[in-house]
Amino acid sequence: MVHREPGFPSVLYVDLHLVHEVTSRLAFLTLKHRALRLRRPERTVAFVDHVITTGDRSRRLGTRSAVKLISVLERAAHLHGIRLHGPKSVSQGIVHVAAPELGLTQPGMTIVCGDSHTSTHGALGALAFGVGTTEVGHVLATQCLLARRPKSFEVRFEGRRGAGVAAKDLVLALATRLGAGGGAGHVFEYRGAAARRLTMEERLTVCNMSVEAGARAGMFAPDEVTFEYLAGREGSPRGKAWEAALARWRGLPSDDGVVFDRSVTIDASRLEPMVTWGTRPGMAIPIRDTVPDPAREGDAARRRAMEKALRYMALAPGERLLGQPLDAVFLGSCTNSRLSDLRAAARVLDGRKVNEGVRMLVVPGSRRVKADAEAEGLDLVFRRAGAEWREPGCSLCLSLNDDVLDPGQRCLATSNRSFEGRQGRDVRTHLASPETVAASAVAGAVADPRELS
Amino acid sequence: MKPIRIREIQGRVVPLPRDDVDSDQLAPARFLHAQPRGGVVLLHDWRFAADGSARPDSPLDHPVRAGAEILLAGANFGCGSSREHAVWACLDFGLKAIVATSFADIFRANAWRSGLLTVEVDAETHGELLAAVAADPSAEVVISLEELTLTLPGGRRVGFAYEPFARRCLLEGSDALDVLLGHDDAITRWERERSQT
Repeated sequence: MVHREPGFPSVLYVDLHLVHEVTSRLAFLTLKHRALRLRRPERTVAFVDHVITTGDRSRRLGTRSAVKLISVLERAAHLHGIRLHGPKSVSQGIVHVAAPELGLTQPGMTIVCGDSHTSTHGALGALAFGVGTTEVGHVLATQCLLARRPKSFEVRFEGRRGAGVAAKDLVLALATRLGAGGGAGHVFEYRGAAARRLTMEERLTVCNMSVEAGARAGMFAPDEVTFEYLAGREGSPRGKAWEAALARWRGLPSDDGVVFDRSVTIDASRLEPMVTWGTRPGMAIPIRDTVPDPAREGDAARRRAMEKALRYMALAPGERLLGQPLDAVFLGSCTNSRLSDLRAAARVLDGRKVNEGVRMLVVPGSRRVKADAEAEGLDLVFRRAGAEWREPGCSLCLSLNDDVLDPGQRCLATSNRSFEGRQGRDVRTHLASPETVAASAVAGAVADPRELS
Repeated sequence: MKPIRIREIQGRVVPLPRDDVDSDQLAPARFLHAQPRGGVVLLHDWRFAADGSARPDSPLDHPVRAGAEILLAGANFGCGSSREHAVWACLDFGLKAIVATSFADIFRANAWRSGLLTVEVDAETHGELLAAVAADPSAEVVISLEELTLTLPGGRRVGFAYEPFARRCLLEGSDALDVLLGHDDAITRWERERSQT
């Protein structure tokens, strides 16, 4: 905190500013118009992920407007001297996959990016949140933001997860319990026995979707899982600096006696694989349940939202999601495109075939994930099964590149939002874990992963 | 950039009594590459059919609501993405304020920086306002940023909370970036101290 003044937001120093090609363009223009320099190029790292094609890049990087956005970022990076992981970089990938992988994300840091899923980086004990383009400009110019201290919200995951229940299912259950706006004004801290047992990649999945439960940020206190993940990464401190950093990081966790403004406990042992039935991630049910009936909802606004969601999704109250025929499945996004996600899906798909009525897109989160997966032969598992093995990017999570489905199609996706039109106009998106998506790809319809493994 | 100054907004209301109106409806992704102007982006797919024709059930385009500058929405307005395009789409359509029972954090933070007011009201006020503007499309409300009050068509005035810093910036026409730039010395000091530890 650089400066505090009673009654006013504090001046918050940003340790790491992550930039991508869509929300930074006008912010760089602000620097130009106001003749400002970029204050800390070494604390600014740019990635190309949102608009780039995930198909063949040898001839073109995307649509004409995508190519333009990428070249604008390339020019800005060159002009201001910032690192850019562009189309040719071996570290190109989705910013929230590639930055932790490079060791850029570290405990105790403040991290912002013009992207709501910046909450992902909280998995490593960083305070990380998304900002709009105007504030991207503020950080470029001053390395600071004006911000108020958010309230704290303890999310306890207790108990032992059953087989086939993924980190994704924990956070879908949380979003459903709290509702889309439930965590507004708060930062989540994930605690409890089931939270501590999560691997780093699972924690990244959980923190990623904090924003879907309304919290701008979510975090895990750093522990041995964190330190083991960071050890030896490109951006991690080395030698004596590593020892000093460890000592500092060990001092970061909240005290045991800390009082949170709010708290919720979710018993992981009672969870089942989750699937969304509606047009936001908090509209999820256990996979064997039936679609809820709006008539039983007492609150009028919520009832209307449910009715509208069911109309859009072409589902009826009481209907089963299990067996719902699919046109496409998507394995990817900053939520679930890391090596462990690909492994989980590949385990299900190994020796099986994607149903012929279904198009399956597998989009690794980064070039490094892709290379690691290929070193293990996962690409062959996917290809043999009949899935498309693609280049890294945001892809069908928000269809800002050329990956767009056709109107009326139904898609089961590992991404984070089932908003109307998210994967193309009038496309019906359901969210689930990589295991559930893989099992459903084989069945050609929504399927319970526990029956296939 | 021209400074944004707002003291008071008086205008008619277009109701959109829905919860969780998300960023992807406010500004669909395909308009993010280069946002077209002319008020077409906002809630595009709820207003226009796939062939571009106006949808008769558009929640915004009923002739009696033409020119309304205040949108009345339900809970958690603006949830989802951090895209500021969602705010710009509202302004481009001609909106000056959103009245809702709650807002998503990032949307609220983005809104004032471009001069779009967010006014949070309780369920009772929301219901009263909705009934009033449904009965009389010409009914007007007054939002005073100076007094932090919303005056309903019937004359009842209710207070609302607003981030004090944002209020000061909008009343004075000052810019948050200038405020930050004014802390340059403190930022430099902070950077120097931290580089020594």
